[in-house]
Amino acid sequence: MNINQEFRNARLVQAVVDKIRQTATRPWVIMEICGGQTHAFMQTGLDQLLPASIELVHGPGCPVCVTSLELIDKALAIAMRPDVIFTSFGDMLRVPGSRDDLFSIRARGGDIRVVYSPLDSVRIARENPEKQVVFFAIGFETTAPANAAALLQAKALGLKNYSQLVSIVRVPPAMHAILGSPGNRVQGFLAAGHVCSVMGTREYPPIAARYHVPIVVTGFEPLDLAQGLLMCVQQLEAGLAEVQNAYTRVVQEEGNPAALKMLARVYREVDRNWRGIGTIPLSGWGLTPEFAGFDAENRFDLKEIQTRESEICIAGQILRGLKKPHQCPAFGNPCSPENPLGAPMVSSEGACAAHYRYGREIEKK
Amino acid sequence: MCLAVPGKISEIYKSGDILMGKVDFGGVIREACFEAIPEAKVGDWTIVHAGFALNLLSEEDARATLDALNEIADIDAELNKE
Ligand code: SF4
Repeated sequence: MNINQEFRNARLVQAVVDKIRQTATRPWVIMEICGGQTHAFMQTGLDQLLPASIELVHGPGCPVCVTSLELIDKALAIAMRPDVIFTSFGDMLRVPGSRDDLFSIRARGGDIRVVYSPLDSVRIARENPEKQVVFFAIGFETTAPANAAALLQAKALGLKNYSQLVSIVRVPPAMHAILGSPGNRVQGFLAAGHVCSVMGTREYPPIAARYHVPIVVTGFEPLDLAQGLLMCVQQLEAGLAEVQNAYTRVVQEEGNPAALKMLARVYREVDRNWRGIGTIPLSGWGLTPEFAGFDAENRFDLKEIQTRESEICIAGQILRGLKKPHQCPAFGNPCSPENPLGAPMVSSEGACAAHYRYGREIEKK
Repeated sequence: MCLAVPGKISEIYKSGDILMGKVDFGGVIREACFEAIPEAKVGDWTIVHAGFALNLLSEEDARATLDALNEIADIDAELNKE
């Protein structure tokens, strides 16, 4: 029997949801920080089973959504060069830059290739020694080890034609930014299980204590999500603010030591600009001096980039949990997954795309 | 793109200097890098993201979680009967 299937057991999910209903005596606002969980809530319909007293607010945990406009524009400038093969996760191709997206550069002849794994970009570099191969290394802590593995391999192979455009962002600084903002409504958090599988849970107790919010490490199956919510609501009702782990089958307190070792060698903390949100101090990773030679921002002469953000898109307010996608005047028309005006409509983890895809707003409108 | 999915390890090998392997996702087999879980064995469950195995999955802990949740469901069923 596949044990993972059991975490989709409808009877158990219903029982846990009933328990949430019995436990909640007043309204609570809970944020799922991870876009993968936003998507899972809607795909499974779990959001609609919940009692009205529980309001889910979607967090900024979608790397495609928060990669800064300046870096997207830099990616476009690099991808346009005839000496470059630009490699990227597929979702990034439709993210609007100031004027263009990677798709339109490809249509104009840019050699842009979608990869499933960052290691594929290293293989492409080996196979094309006459070209500069650049990988768009976006992601949160979950994707960072895969990106780091590609850099370690490129270094071991002594590749001179490989580099990465790095945009790694981190969850805990974003939680600080959300909880510390004056308009914050979030009272409890579901922490992203796969981020914690790499990083462990040690960064969270200071956040829980400082802002007095419960933080529950949560997985991605319907039963995981329901259990994470139940534990969070139980804490809220009891006035507690602790870090709990509802994803023990994958997450250990210390994280993954081998992955952490790789990360420590490749990355150092840097300030990062989050699209729609702004600069959050020490909220991301850039390359350590040992790997600075693989930094595409150093390798290519990128002229002064003039960014211009869409005037209609309210992604920033959505990513901070201040507004819901249906409150955007462009939602659905003209902004849709076929014609995204903002990044949250591109990736399936983006809140706008998830709402659009599962028809949540059509019901509300 | 953030999706990380559980699969069962069907093969482990070295490719150059890198620890790689094959993972079975319900019949779909894909290659993954195992550098972060050198202790992995064939038959173990793992969580894979972007071609990279993030961690091993503990069947024992999965069982314990399911047992605890089953208990909630059973107590509920009892209460509803009364
Ligand atoms: S619906 Fe489109 S335009 Fe509106 S916030 Fe979402 S991505 Fe931006």
